[in-house]
Amino acid sequence: MSTFNALHGINARPHIAIVAAGIVSPLGFGLKETLYSLRSATDCVSTVSRFDVSHCRCKTAAQIPDQRLLVYRQKGRKNARLHRASHMMIAALAELLERDQEFKPEVTVIGTTSGGMSFGEDYYRALHRHEDLRRSAEWIANYPPQKPVLDAQNAFGISAPCFVIANACASGTNAIGHAFECIQSGKYERVLTGGYDALSELVFVGFDSLQAATPEKCRPFDRDRTGMVIGEGAALLALENLESARKRNATILAEIIGYGISTDNHHLTQPDPSGSGPRRAMQQALQSAGCAPERVDYINAHGTATPFNDAAEGKAISELFGRVPISSTKSMIGHSLGAAGAIEAVICLLALQSQFLPPNINFRAPDPDLDLNVVANESRDAKIDIVLSNSFGFGGTNASVLIRKAAA
Amino acid sequence: MSVRIAGMGWITPLGRGINEVWNRLLRGDEASAQTISRNEGARAYQGFLVPNQALNNLPPHPRLRRASAISRFAAAAGLDAIAQAKAMGLKIEMERLALVFAVSNGGVAYTKRFYHGIVESGAQSASPLLFPETVFNAPASHLAAILGVNGVSYTIVGDGAVGILAIKMASDLLEMGAANHCLVVAAEEADWLLCDAYHKWRLIKSSPPIELFSNHPHGTILSEGAGAVLLGREGRVKMDSINAGGNFSQRRNSTEVVNRILQELRDQTAFVVASANGTFVDLAERDAIRKQIPKSIVYSPKAALGESVGASALWQVIIAARALAGKQLPPMRHAAGNAGLRFPAGANGIGLSAIVSSCGLNQQAAGLRLSI
Repeated sequence: MSTFNALHGINARPHIAIVAAGIVSPLGFGLKETLYSLRSATDCVSTVSRFDVSHCRCKTAAQIPDQRLLVYRQKGRKNARLHRASHMMIAALAELLERDQEFKPEVTVIGTTSGGMSFGEDYYRALHRHEDLRRSAEWIANYPPQKPVLDAQNAFGISAPCFVIANACASGTNAIGHAFECIQSGKYERVLTGGYDALSELVFVGFDSLQAATPEKCRPFDRDRTGMVIGEGAALLALENLESARKRNATILAEIIGYGISTDNHHLTQPDPSGSGPRRAMQQALQSAGCAPERVDYINAHGTATPFNDAAEGKAISELFGRVPISSTKSMIGHSLGAAGAIEAVICLLALQSQFLPPNINFRAPDPDLDLNVVANESRDAKIDIVLSNSFGFGGTNASVLIRKAAA
Repeated sequence: MSVRIAGMGWITPLGRGINEVWNRLLRGDEASAQTISRNEGARAYQGFLVPNQALNNLPPHPRLRRASAISRFAAAAGLDAIAQAKAMGLKIEMERLALVFAVSNGGVAYTKRFYHGIVESGAQSASPLLFPETVFNAPASHLAAILGVNGVSYTIVGDGAVGILAIKMASDLLEMGAANHCLVVAAEEADWLLCDAYHKWRLIKSSPPIELFSNHPHGTILSEGAGAVLLGREGRVKMDSINAGGNFSQRRNSTEVVNRILQELRDQTAFVVASANGTFVDLAERDAIRKQIPKSIVYSPKAALGESVGASALWQVIIAARALAGKQLPPMRHAAGNAGLRFPAGANGIGLSAIVSSCGLNQQAAGLRLSI
């Protein structure tokens, strides 16, 4: 609460602006490429090339090409050792700061699930096969989840304390939500937030072992959906107290207006089939924004395309929102786990700015058990003002954020 | 609003329970190192492990049936903190209880087993039972299910300073009104792979003792366990200030960051519970303490309990809170006499406030001040 409001007993919560964003995902590098790919309904899924998938059911993922990613590699020996995830974070932060050079975060809140996991894999493989371990110290030092965040901050001289949230696949949305609440509480003015995750064999095989990953196309909310594909990427948002952003004439891209979080204790990996966990998160987001469900114009669903998850989420959405347009952009870019919520928030931001509904590709037939209005296969122009983004994860974590178009 | 410690839980290589571990520390006990080996021919390491009997009376909850050691430690400490608060007459509404779980390395043993299967026999042999237990938030999920927490639950990851960051997050959540109480739990499990990794990182020594504040640090010994603090508006010990600190890209810059944290937290009457562990951390803290609070009494528990990484900062907070309540600090073990610091001597002479300094091994540092 601002000092003025506090003195006058006004319980006016600050509005929270998105003043800049940066993104690297299989859709492209930067907001412009991402927008183009979204509008073109690009399928970014291809055969995995980073490790052997010959013994997996699923053989595909949405991947960021190294030849482009490593262009962002900074000069110097030290930076050449960084994990791919660090390069993703550096690229996303470079774009964000290019758009708002004056943005100086007081704190950073980032979501991830697996940090620099592939370095852990390199280390274990080398150890197990008695191979060359000369690089082990750098693998170990660059493996922890906070490292890509710190690397990105260091690359641009930012020294804000870092809170790295690892709430499985809800991490990115949880990070944005917590950042939103930090500013809304009046304790902070500017928070850097987002999420990242890079493809790793352990995680890929893990989802494959659970038979959550599909050997076919990823078809969220489709009658014949068979599972997810893994993706990767990083997305960052610069959040700022709207009043403070206006004072310095920052560009207001959109506003975060609500956040909800819930924990579903049904099972470590399976959602409660009733959809109660997602429903509570979405209800809380609406409540925190003081927003009626009818005012929501589009939902970027978690939509992993696994039979159980889509059923639980779809049920909760149709009960709460009726036939609001929904899509899962994971159909195009796969599930980037800890980055997903952040990437999807940026997708929502682009949808609000360009007034369109991102597509849910590979959609063939509606699920007769779900009464949903899926934005099937092609993007649609639409007048949208408020959108909701959902993320749910292992451990029963559910998170939703509401984003509103910037006032003209 | 003042955030206070309403309950605590502790499971360490010196046993389980606030009073049990505290009394052993006061007696000057040190955990016994055990050999952690991988297989014949591989290098063996020394570590401080939680005794098996410490987990004997965990509730027979289905979530703990296949859970990893780290999940069991987290459950033990978390449940003990709630039980302690309830024993003091505190009413806790589970629907208004938030959970913040702090961790550094996570479920290493299960992760290693899962990936070993892939490396050894191929992806087709990967276990779907193990994979879910490898995620960082698995312990928090189990604890939430046992307690019936269905609202706010965050798992945060970082180095040794992550426990302070977790307390900062919890304190912010309470001040935002997101919960009435917040249970902060931090846990870690020791494993051969972790010992080997820290050895390759040149942070481990081959055997105890951990020599503290030496001019030439020789390394640390890893340990395991968990700590939990229940934060709310009740309790004698108050959080005066929490500094989420900052980051140092190179070890030589760690002093500067710790110095900045202590400068903000400093209180010349406070004693310090430091994170010194026989590595570069000791030099950073020594120099910063000498500069900012030179007369303070300094205690580090690491010689007695080892370096529990993600759990370590919460252990320090528990020690600070217990010392404030009991007006005494345990004897300092294996500290360099020429460090230029004041170490605890006898039962008297500690003040009414305590500073917890936490400098992690991978670029993060933070601190907080408590008072009674």
